[in-house]
Amino acid sequence: MSAVPHGLEHGHDHHQPSGLMRWITTTNHKDIGTMYLIFSFIMFLSGGVMALTIRAELFQPGLQVVQPEFFNQLTTMHGLVMVFGAIMPAFVGFANWQIPLMIGASDMAFARMNNWSFWLLPPAALLLVGSFFVPGGATAAGWTLYAPLSIQMGMGMDMAIFAVHIMGISSIMGAINIVVTVLNMRAPGMTLMKMPLFCWTWLITAYLLIAVMPVLAGAVTMILTDRHFGTSFFNAAGGGDPVLYQHVFWFFGHPEVYIMILPAFGIVSQVIPTFARKPLFGYASMVYATASIAILSFVVWAHHMFTTGMPVTGTLFFMYATMLIAVPTGVKVFNWIATMWRGSMTFETPMLFSVGFLFVFTMGGFTGLMCAIAPADIQYQDTYFVVAHFHYVLVAGSLFALFSGAYYWLPKWTGHMYDERLGKVHFWCSIIFFNITFFPMHFLGLAGMPRRIPDYNPMFADFNAMATIGAFGFGFSQLILLYVVIKCVRGGEKAAAKPWEGAEGLEWTVPSPAPYHTFEEPPVVR
Amino acid sequence: MSSTFEKYFVPEPSHFPIFGSAALLLIGSGAAMWLNRVSPGSWMVAAGFATLIYMLFGWFGQVIRESEGGKYGKQVDKSFRWSMGWFIFSEVMFFAAFFGVLFYVRVLAIPELSEGKSAMLWEGFQRAWPSGGPLVEEAFSPMHAWGIPAINTLILLTSGATLTWAHWGLLKGARGQLINGLALTVLLGVIFLGLQAYEYSHAYHEMNLKLSSGIYGSTFFMLTGFHGMHVTIGATMLTVILVRCLKGHFTAERHFAFEAVAWYWHFVDVVWLFLFVVVYWL
Amino acid sequence: SDARYNLQTPVTGIAEQIHGMHMLMLLICLVIFVAVFGVMFWSVFKHRKSKGAVAAHFHENTAVEIAWTVVPVLILLGMAYPATKTVIAMKDTSNPDITIKATGYQWMWGYDYLKGEGEGVRFVSMMSTPREQIEGAAAKGPNYLLEVDNPVVVPVGKKIRILTTANDVIHSWWVPAFGVKQDAIPGFIRDTWFRAEQEGVYRGNCAELCGKEHGFMPIEVHVVSAEKYAEWVAAQKKRMAEQAQPAAPQASANPATAG
Ligand code: HEA
Ligand code: HEA
Ligand code: CUA
Ligand SMILES: [Cu+2]
Repeated sequence: MSAVPHGLEHGHDHHQPSGLMRWITTTNHKDIGTMYLIFSFIMFLSGGVMALTIRAELFQPGLQVVQPEFFNQLTTMHGLVMVFGAIMPAFVGFANWQIPLMIGASDMAFARMNNWSFWLLPPAALLLVGSFFVPGGATAAGWTLYAPLSIQMGMGMDMAIFAVHIMGISSIMGAINIVVTVLNMRAPGMTLMKMPLFCWTWLITAYLLIAVMPVLAGAVTMILTDRHFGTSFFNAAGGGDPVLYQHVFWFFGHPEVYIMILPAFGIVSQVIPTFARKPLFGYASMVYATASIAILSFVVWAHHMFTTGMPVTGTLFFMYATMLIAVPTGVKVFNWIATMWRGSMTFETPMLFSVGFLFVFTMGGFTGLMCAIAPADIQYQDTYFVVAHFHYVLVAGSLFALFSGAYYWLPKWTGHMYDERLGKVHFWCSIIFFNITFFPMHFLGLAGMPRRIPDYNPMFADFNAMATIGAFGFGFSQLILLYVVIKCVRGGEKAAAKPWEGAEGLEWTVPSPAPYHTFEEPPVVR
Repeated sequence: MSSTFEKYFVPEPSHFPIFGSAALLLIGSGAAMWLNRVSPGSWMVAAGFATLIYMLFGWFGQVIRESEGGKYGKQVDKSFRWSMGWFIFSEVMFFAAFFGVLFYVRVLAIPELSEGKSAMLWEGFQRAWPSGGPLVEEAFSPMHAWGIPAINTLILLTSGATLTWAHWGLLKGARGQLINGLALTVLLGVIFLGLQAYEYSHAYHEMNLKLSSGIYGSTFFMLTGFHGMHVTIGATMLTVILVRCLKGHFTAERHFAFEAVAWYWHFVDVVWLFLFVVVYWL
Repeated sequence: SDARYNLQTPVTGIAEQIHGMHMLMLLICLVIFVAVFGVMFWSVFKHRKSKGAVAAHFHENTAVEIAWTVVPVLILLGMAYPATKTVIAMKDTSNPDITIKATGYQWMWGYDYLKGEGEGVRFVSMMSTPREQIEGAAAKGPNYLLEVDNPVVVPVGKKIRILTTANDVIHSWWVPAFGVKQDAIPGFIRDTWFRAEQEGVYRGNCAELCGKEHGFMPIEVHVVSAEKYAEWVAAQKKRMAEQAQPAAPQASANPATAG
């Protein structure tokens, strides 16, 4: 890999726009990656503030903080903002920064389109968040936007629909860009089966995005026409069916949850070998497992619909298919543990978050499997048990993996080491408060507390109070991350090109911070 | 290896994307306002489309200049191929959603409402297709396959052939064949759209078949409407390609833009065949 | 009581089976979890650089990989078997003693006794918790938000089939102790059933987001002896005769609730 540092010096000689214009017009994958990450963090804080308001209302029985109507708006927007604003863009930010660096490409395949993919997000976010301020407020139909409730909503619903359209365009373009970059821009010698696992997981995720985002666009378009143009897709009187909406939505929705976890698997698969100082166990089976999860994700959607009253055969089919996903996911978990086995481990912050991920995500996986058991799901469906399940996989899964990756690559991005002590504090606060927040929700759900309610019977009071305290602790712990990142950007110990002893891969062959242009001539991978 | 290395083209910073974003923000918020009768929604939509058109012209214009300027090497060409392929796949999925809806309604919802448990809510509702559902207020007549739709099928199939003929012309360097073939394809596309517009107006005025005619009207107009929209886009792109051919762009070896549009056109063609069979015929 | 940590005490055969499934699943998951993370933590504590661990270099082992693919499949088969049996039992709504239609409205439930003893009884059931309790102006009762003006009454030990539908948006009829949760879909009829084996009062909620009062449309079912049930039916018939004018769900103008 000696060919690397050639393209480094020039690149600044083009007359680049400066100031704000640089960011608005940039075609550089690193700039764009940075913008994605900043955007997603802002959205995470916004969605988090909504969550804290929800938790404040649920601190005690009775209505204290918000009215039911607004509560439903908060729940809906919290889900939409977190899913489409925080988690997905964060992973795209990682893809932008890392994929070209990891495969030895000079940039993304379509650098200009890449810029547009990012700059579509702020308008979408404006539409979403702005909908709080229009007459009738934001949509309150849940992030799943089920018809016919969504048909009843006001103007905020239309804004959410258009926001979803715009985010869909952004995601599809972003995904095509990633597919093409990975397939067409790998450095010579970088065969697919030599590619870092993060690139693999993103390649597969990108396919999921291309396949399901258009379906979501179709679903919300039908809501729009049912609302305003007299169609009857989801209206029995006209021969349609409300449940049809759920089928279309979840055909998107289930792959969507894997869109939010597969790149997380990728990050963890980079981090664990580094800090175990041992190659990833079962690389090939990791690739096959990821692909299996993706393929299976297309045939399990109706596990969200066990209470709609499907026929026996449908129920059984979707139950079996869903259960099967535990197998490839299990393979991944076992591979990570086998990677750690007889390694020489150290526990810097990225590793802590990855091990934390493994431990807590798996709990979420198990509760998912419990939900997959159709008869049992009759009791879990639409209760806090499900809320607990998906926060275990989304917060302790996706989000912790993002944190892990952020600490892992921060030295490469900023050229400085982050504050290790504070990083560890962030980890321990996060994992402890996370469990205080979400573990009690299992009990609440089992005992019979429905989700999406602003008020509840006093028998649920203790665990709700606990969850609320945890949520505030968890939320404020995230300010530590903000502080660590800002501090790291502004200064700190200089990072070496390869700050982690056990790290492997092309990104560690370029200096830290990674120069504005890298790999203008591709390195050769042996 | 450096001797054989071809530098991948990475474009300069560009102001077009932000115009595109502004355009979609205007269209999105404007349309939301318009639909809820808040002014100046319609004007915002108009301004948004104007901005979008500016952006498309500028952006594609620049791409064309870069392409003609020889900036795109083999690898870039391959990127374009991959991307166009996957873009078309995403379009396939979009249509798949609506075809799925049609299938679901015909195979599950209508039978359930007329003969299943739910029939007790809708006394007298007969299982049938076309159906506007149990409560459709006014009778309508369905669209038959063997009139305009069949003619339109022939037209689109022919246009696929003329396009391929044009492509052969391009490959052979027969400019006349290329230009004529393309022009004919565009013409057929326009005729198709004209006939479809006629068919729609016929449906609305004489057959009482509307977007609001229950689920039949919903699926009929949404499927054919989105298809028509894609024909419009395809015909526009073909026109651009025609103009570029007239300007002497493209060589027998390098003409990916031509191929991309041809792929798109064939995709639109295939969607129509499915439409013809499941929307009009069966 | 244990109800606060776990599923409510089951009072029907199905709920019993579900409870069993649930505990079995918990147990299996717990065992796997302890085993898997036992290994991980052992490694975390032993294979540390600070303890002088030197990294091994293996990165493949076909036998192990096959094993940890096949074993989970077998475990899953073990779970799928009882689950399948329960699904089939749950879906068997044939030969009910009494059929009741439950219609979801924003935000209350309408009940229609369609067949069996009590046929013809209809009433509307709304939450009876006073506003002051919700707003904190009065002390909250033990059944806060889980109490209604007109509960559903059914005889003990009889197979009750519930047909669900809705008038406006999707609701869901849920009584945890019965192991029953069935969405109520406007324009469609779905069904489910239960046979309560114990007299008592059982409470549940609407379990599908249905707008602003979604949290305030509880379900209350009284399971009573055959005699008490007969008395209740007689009283209802009397009430309905007295009211002469249809006291049924007002929305009957909408065909979605006709029949
Ligand atoms: C990152 C997101 C994510 C991920 C990864 C998952 C993973 C899984 N989910 Fe989850 N899920 C959501 C996000 C996610 N989910 C969300 C957001 C919702 C709610 C949506 C809404 O209604 O708003 C939801 C809801 C949901 C439901 C519907 C619940 C309901 O509404 O009633 C179901 C039901 O089947 C389900 C199942 C599963 C399963 C089986 C997995 C599996 O992939 C898990 C597999 C993993 C493991 C099983 C653990 C590791 C395996 C081993 C250690 C091997 C050995 C194990 C055995 C053999 C047992 N999920
Ligand atoms: C995708 C990821 C994601 C993430 C990360 C989260 C994060 C959190 N979620 Fe949520 N959640 C969803 C996805 C997610 N959620 C979805 C999809 C739903 C379903 C919605 C629906 O039903 O339709 C849901 C629903 C949901 C509910 C159920 C609501 C209901 O049913 O009514 C609850 C309740 O407690 C909750 C809580 C939380 C909490 C406490 C966090 C915390 O982890 C958040 C922590 C972060 C912060 C608190 C931010 C820190 C900010 C500050 C400390 C303030 C500083 C501010 C500035 C500087 C401006 N979430
Ligand atoms: Cu009715 Cu929720
Ligand atoms: Cu799912």
